[in-house]
Amino acid sequence: MRRKPSKVDLVAGREATGRDAAGAGTGATAARLAARGVAVGYGGRMVIDDLDVAIPPGVITTIIGPNGCGKSTLLRTLSRLLRPAKGTVVLDGDDIVKLKTRDVAKKLGLLPQAPVAPDGLTVADLVARGRHPHQGWLRQWSSDDASVVERALAMTGVSDLAGRPVDALSGGQRQRVWISMTLAQGTDLLLLDEPTTYLDLAHAIDVLDLVDDLHESGRTVVMVLHDLNLATRYSDNLIVMRAGSILAQGHPRDVITAELLHEAFGLRAQVIDDPVGDRPLIVPIGRAHVRPGGPDPAASGENS
Amino acid sequence: MEERLAPGVAVARRRRVVGLGVLVAVLVAAGAASLAVGARALSPGEVWSGLSAAPDSDQRLTEIRLIVQTVRVPRTVLAIVAGVALGIGGALIQGCTRNPIADAGLLGVNSGASFAVVAAVSVFGFANPFQYVWFAFLGAAVAGVVVFGLASIGRGAGNPLTLALAGQGITVFLVAVTTAVALSDQKSLNALRFWNAGSVAGVGFDVIWPVTAFIAVGLVLALTTLPAINLLNLGDDVARGLGVNIALSRTVGIVAITLLAGAATAACGPIAFLGLMVAHVARYLTGPDYRWLVPYAGLLGAVVLLVCDVVGRVVTRPGELDAGVVVALLGAPFFAVLVWRGKFKSA
Repeated sequence: MRRKPSKVDLVAGREATGRDAAGAGTGATAARLAARGVAVGYGGRMVIDDLDVAIPPGVITTIIGPNGCGKSTLLRTLSRLLRPAKGTVVLDGDDIVKLKTRDVAKKLGLLPQAPVAPDGLTVADLVARGRHPHQGWLRQWSSDDASVVERALAMTGVSDLAGRPVDALSGGQRQRVWISMTLAQGTDLLLLDEPTTYLDLAHAIDVLDLVDDLHESGRTVVMVLHDLNLATRYSDNLIVMRAGSILAQGHPRDVITAELLHEAFGLRAQVIDDPVGDRPLIVPIGRAHVRPGGPDPAASGENS
Repeated sequence: MEERLAPGVAVARRRRVVGLGVLVAVLVAAGAASLAVGARALSPGEVWSGLSAAPDSDQRLTEIRLIVQTVRVPRTVLAIVAGVALGIGGALIQGCTRNPIADAGLLGVNSGASFAVVAAVSVFGFANPFQYVWFAFLGAAVAGVVVFGLASIGRGAGNPLTLALAGQGITVFLVAVTTAVALSDQKSLNALRFWNAGSVAGVGFDVIWPVTAFIAVGLVLALTTLPAINLLNLGDDVARGLGVNIALSRTVGIVAITLLAGAATAACGPIAFLGLMVAHVARYLTGPDYRWLVPYAGLLGAVVLLVCDVVGRVVTRPGELDAGVVVALLGAPFFAVLVWRGKFKSA
């Protein structure tokens, strides 16, 4: 059974109390970024059909869902990389398709999945390129740009690496540098497509702690993550997708249940209290290496 | 800003500025050599008197004046202009397509020009190089537009791979037609042999000035697109996220390349390898920032073409080896050594 997408707006409204950049009231109107009835696809095949979503300001929203459900497609649509066949994406009250690429870049920072820097490009040069939307023929590099770049480097803890080539860094450092570039863009809306791809768990935690710092300093973050427990730990708002639609949206405590995991992923799992956090913890149940007698049936997703 | 960030960044910047100065100095020296060296070697004093002599001088001075002003100066100017154009065109096509082995030939510029030369001779009967230069330029431009147009329609629109494949397809087709015509028409074959060698000699200012004007327009377009090319090299998604209008930037870049390489090729004939080679040497010297890489590639292109032209005048005396041939003969081993030492980075 699938819940209706209309629930989504209620949840978004609840979260909107945190920080309200637009200064508007509550509910979906408070969201600076929203999709209304969008259908998106590649070459005639629709991946997402008639989807509504509002991104609550000032919090971390994470899109989760099984492979191929349209997570990245939704993120790319929200960031104007993809143009919806139907419906609109609204950024600060404007249809995002009608805005200039540069004007979108002044409001919304985007980090695609696994970006690659050219060989030999230094960290300082890469991060400085984040200032591009603010530069033009009349306004070249300024001391303002320099201090924004310096702050971006410091905030992501890569100031010491400024003169090093990006390709000589470790995966975790590299991802910090890319996030630093996105910060130098100076937007308070950040969209990150799987920022922890190819990182080991320690570096993934490190990057997500950084993302949390960004949100603490007032930014709105939307990201796609594969790891459900990391998504649960680091998000204030989860968007759970399946087959191009939103199955549920809300705080992880309200959303993550064994029933939902089974519905969205076909995953049998127990949801327990996180021993170190105040969020749920997902313990997957496979076919192998599970204690004889099986899990507690009341807590597992088997009965859904 | 660099001082505050890291000492290494400031050092790199100073090195690039110094390198640019060194290249300009080498270019001036090569230009001077190009005025002095030839079938009749001239001393610096003779070059100077040849440059400054009035038309009604004595007989010896008139001879020097003719050599300097009507032979050496035009070919020196053309070598510099064409070298700059081919060097920058080579760097730009690699940046626009994110393809480290791209050169302007990828756009069909060379084959389009050859085809137009053959067409000019066999269909319209133009036997004079001064007439078919403009056919060559038109052929180069039309080939560039057709290749880019083909690559911009359909589902692979704007994809560098599509561009490379479209360029390859058009090139193969044009070469086939050109060969077929040239083999059946002796006059075309002669013109093609003359034109195909790639030489900066024997072209007067009546051709050089208009060619330079086209190249100047290409140069301005190229410079406007450099910040965007820097971002395109981070990947299309990152570039778009940073506010780059990708289709517009690529189109401007391709138009610039077509003007630069098309005009240079029309005046000199195809000079293979120069653009590819200097783009890689420039990248080795400057790193991947196109705002530095492109000026370096332009200066290097001029230096290499000048030096090769001078060398070509000396090695087979009293005859001459065309600059295009020398570029390939000297450039390929030099390039091979750099490749062997692992000095190159991807675009």
